[in-house]
Amino acid sequence: MSNVPTELKYAASHEWVRSEGNGIYTVGITEHAQELLGDMVFVELPEEGDTFSVGDDCAVAESVKAASDIYAPLSGEIVEVNEDLEDSPESVNNDPYGDGWLFKIKADDDSELKNLLDAEAYSASIEDE
Amino acid sequence: MASKTPLYDAHVAAGAKMVDFHGWDMPLNYGSQIEEHHAVRKQAGMFDVSHMTIVDVTGPEAKPYLRHLLANDVAKLQQPGRALYTGMLNQDGGVIDDLIVYYFADDAYRLVVNSATRDKDMAWLVKQAGEFDVAVTERTELAMIALQGPLAEEKIAILLSDDQYGQVKNMKPFFGVQHGDVFVATTGYTGEKGYEIIVPNELIVSAWDKLRDNGVQPCGLGARDTLRLEAGMNLYGQDMDEQVSPLAANMAWSVAFEPADRDFIGRRALEQQKQQGTEKLIGLVMEEKGVLRAGLKIQVEGGEGVITSGTFSPTLGYSIAMARVPQPVGDTAQVEMRKKMVTVKVVKPAFVRNGEAVIKPY
Repeated sequence: MSNVPTELKYAASHEWVRSEGNGIYTVGITEHAQELLGDMVFVELPEEGDTFSVGDDCAVAESVKAASDIYAPLSGEIVEVNEDLEDSPESVNNDPYGDGWLFKIKADDDSELKNLLDAEAYSASIEDE
Repeated sequence: MASKTPLYDAHVAAGAKMVDFHGWDMPLNYGSQIEEHHAVRKQAGMFDVSHMTIVDVTGPEAKPYLRHLLANDVAKLQQPGRALYTGMLNQDGGVIDDLIVYYFADDAYRLVVNSATRDKDMAWLVKQAGEFDVAVTERTELAMIALQGPLAEEKIAILLSDDQYGQVKNMKPFFGVQHGDVFVATTGYTGEKGYEIIVPNELIVSAWDKLRDNGVQPCGLGARDTLRLEAGMNLYGQDMDEQVSPLAANMAWSVAFEPADRDFIGRRALEQQKQQGTEKLIGLVMEEKGVLRAGLKIQVEGGEGVITSGTFSPTLGYSIAMARVPQPVGDTAQVEMRKKMVTVKVVKPAFVRNGEAVIKPY
């Protein structure tokens, strides 16, 4: 059974979102997603200052198995990216909710958050797969 | 219901991610396939290959039968234990399967063929046996482990008596020896030194456990694929199949056209193809970010080809691939990746051997 921390919000496309305050949110992929993808070999991140609408593809996680698009779970502007992933993409496998975070986004509209899933709903969605 | 090897419970207990592999429940990895890959390149790893099909061919006409059946010539095998890689072709020169044949005596050979092709292989072996005085016997009571890596020679000692170890230790590549219950061959699918070990099903779990306790890393199909691709070894069904000539699959070296009077199945078709020229299997290297994947179309001087196998190479740190392309080839190829064209280097289809990069211009 995959770890799905209760304090996070989730997109059905397997991104997680953590509020850092001031409308800034850290985004990564879930433990379940990294399990599906297998060993990560490259992570292509957006640039700071890029803006995305919810659902836009904004990053690519490339594993031994496949290249997988990462979608913006919220609309907003990228304010920081996890540059350590350049040298250690395996952090996404080893610590998906910690060192394996992908980017921080400043949300245009905090109310979009309520469209995301809570841990229980996300857990249910991956059970069905 | 998928088939299970006698090591199934050991894989599950070790936390393996199990996947269906052509009807077999097999381990994909035991956590990280990249760590498993490095274990084989730097130390020692082991694979459960019990799903592979072991077939003994015996009888007074075993030799003429195999000389007719196989594209390589078993008459080259003079010394007991000697092994040979070969394709088994259809009349049109397509590859029914690739396999290793071990020679024990002129009336006793062993073939190890792919599991994915088991049914059609067995049907073909039996059909071609026709009027030859041979017995074709599948050995389902045997299981197999591939122990591979620079430390394999030291690690295998735990399984063998001093006497057996003495025989195995200095064995050259592509030899096999039966000693009591244990058959040990210096063959593999990784580009490292190592062994393929065949024992009766009831002994395989204890062999596996002993090797694991001796520090050998269990490795799954994921690492097996990246290792064989780095080594430039073909995967049946991907790099060649019944529609592909061995001459277009980097297997020409395994086709014995001499002696000219040996009438092996597919010979006439291959002779014609040789004259007309065929597509070629090449290696590709892409040092920038991204991973070349099977199925991607590529462009070379002679036209459009296709990537047959592609992966990220854990040893090299960038992507490598094999592709089948029309001639002439040229030094570079264009690949369309994620909607943009990327130029990649064309090289010989062999990338890593014995832990070292061996990339050479095509």
